[in-house]
Amino acid sequence: MVYKTKASHIGGALSMADILAVLYNDILNIDPESPKEDLRDRFLLSKGHACTSLYAALGLKGFFDVKELDTYAANGSIFLAHTSHYVPGVEISAGSLGHALPVSCGLALAAEKKHKNWKTYCLVSDGELNEGSNWESILLAPQLKLKNLILIVDYNKIQSFGFVKDIIDIEPLFKKFEAFNWETYEIDGHDHKQLLDTFKACDNTNPKPKVIICNTIKGKGISFMENKLLWHYKSPSEEEYIQAIKELN
Amino acid sequence: MRTAFVKELIEQGKKNDKIFLLVADLGFSVVEPFAELFPERFLNVGIAEQNMAGIATGLAMEGYNVYIYSIGNFPTLRCMEQIRYDICYHNVSVKIIAVGGGYAYASLGASHHATEEIGMLRTIPNLTVCAPGDPDEMRAITRFSSTYAGPCYIRIGKAGEPEVHKKYSKIVEQIKPGDILNVIDGSDVAVFSSGAMLEYSATYISQNKLKASLYSFPFVKPIDLSQLLSLFKKYKKIITIEEHQAHCGFGSAILELMNDLKENGQLDQAPAVKRIAINNAFYSKSGTQNYLRTIAGLEFKLSDFES
Repeated sequence: MVYKTKASHIGGALSMADILAVLYNDILNIDPESPKEDLRDRFLLSKGHACTSLYAALGLKGFFDVKELDTYAANGSIFLAHTSHYVPGVEISAGSLGHALPVSCGLALAAEKKHKNWKTYCLVSDGELNEGSNWESILLAPQLKLKNLILIVDYNKIQSFGFVKDIIDIEPLFKKFEAFNWETYEIDGHDHKQLLDTFKACDNTNPKPKVIICNTIKGKGISFMENKLLWHYKSPSEEEYIQAIKELN
Repeated sequence: MRTAFVKELIEQGKKNDKIFLLVADLGFSVVEPFAELFPERFLNVGIAEQNMAGIATGLAMEGYNVYIYSIGNFPTLRCMEQIRYDICYHNVSVKIIAVGGGYAYASLGASHHATEEIGMLRTIPNLTVCAPGDPDEMRAITRFSSTYAGPCYIRIGKAGEPEVHKKYSKIVEQIKPGDILNVIDGSDVAVFSSGAMLEYSATYISQNKLKASLYSFPFVKPIDLSQLLSLFKKYKKIITIEEHQAHCGFGSAILELMNDLKENGQLDQAPAVKRIAINNAFYSKSGTQNYLRTIAGLEFKLSDFES
């Protein structure tokens, strides 16, 4: 998608790809035949610029024919270059950062009010934690005992202008979330077993909301993209595309 | 008007268990009756309006009709992007309630003067923009909003506004988006009043024994085009009055619609329009609401009524 349309943001799409793979294969209770089923789990991607991974996951899951992804970012396509709720299986449009977590709190609150056990998952980027609106939610969610809210941080350590630690260092992130009264986990966001075990550990026994800090690598899986700021923006050339596909296979 | 709002919301809340009220730590001694009757459908989210707008969006996505309540600029300008992108782009059932429209909280200063929000909000697709003029209109708008599925903005004055329609023996019950309400029947000149300028307008016309008509516009957007067209044809001169900046406000909306009706051939002769609105300025003097209105020039002159 990114290569064909000369789009951006492949680095951040790859850093969260393993997280989505585990969620969509093994965790989320969703049905492509009935994408608005009441009791489904809700997954909200807040870092909407990384939508290509989400579209791929939804296509592979059967929400639409993966061939439709050939229209990505083309004239008239529903596959916008930031997540669009017009795409089957997408819960919310996202492009402006710091929006999906407050909405996720509303969804999780509705589940509490209706005494339903479905879960709300929200995936944010590390740089996105600069947005104050996220911290309004991070303060409130424990107060509301949103036990079925699971926040995932794709901690790939690089944001738009450079390394997170050089722009606004968010460390100590684990301790911050603990201090804000969240049930906090920190794992390797590319280790499928760790991802699976941690998602399964996020059950209802504790009334706190959950956060999983996933240490990830921007551009994961493609050697020349890994940990490179450039791949927040750059689109692969033909040569780079061929090389990337070779490495992924 | 805020008391009329809460009382009507309670009445609707008794019939409709989807009505949910969020406040951002404001509404003391106003919203408590709703909170006491419906504790499961009331939440104080704290002083965090962006989060409030997002939570409202989430609740609305799950079937609630969510009212978010705060003062003037806080549930509007403070979370404008959440209103545009979360609430209006997803077109969910969230009703944004701002108390203290215009200079209602006059002496509290510019932070509490809501004098630009209509201009910002009326450009946003899917959003209905309401500014009721008296408690009767407030009740009717609240009833309408309680079953309306899309997003709405409702600008409320404060407490204690008089019943204007009743004074002129008019009945306001059912109201639909865009309705224009006649208050006083007159001749060549018509006053188009937006929001809480209604009482001033009615009193000015009555006390000066003017032969002008008075219409209240509880909706800034939409405005019913056929009703508006008939008024454009009926009057030679129109005076618009609003407690808002002149740019992009209610009077601007009237001029835009008049131009479009003329341009598409439905209106041959356009009436003259005098706009009374705030002239691109902040006012940083202390005083009452009437004082602020006066120094901002929100007043008629007798000469305005010469057609």
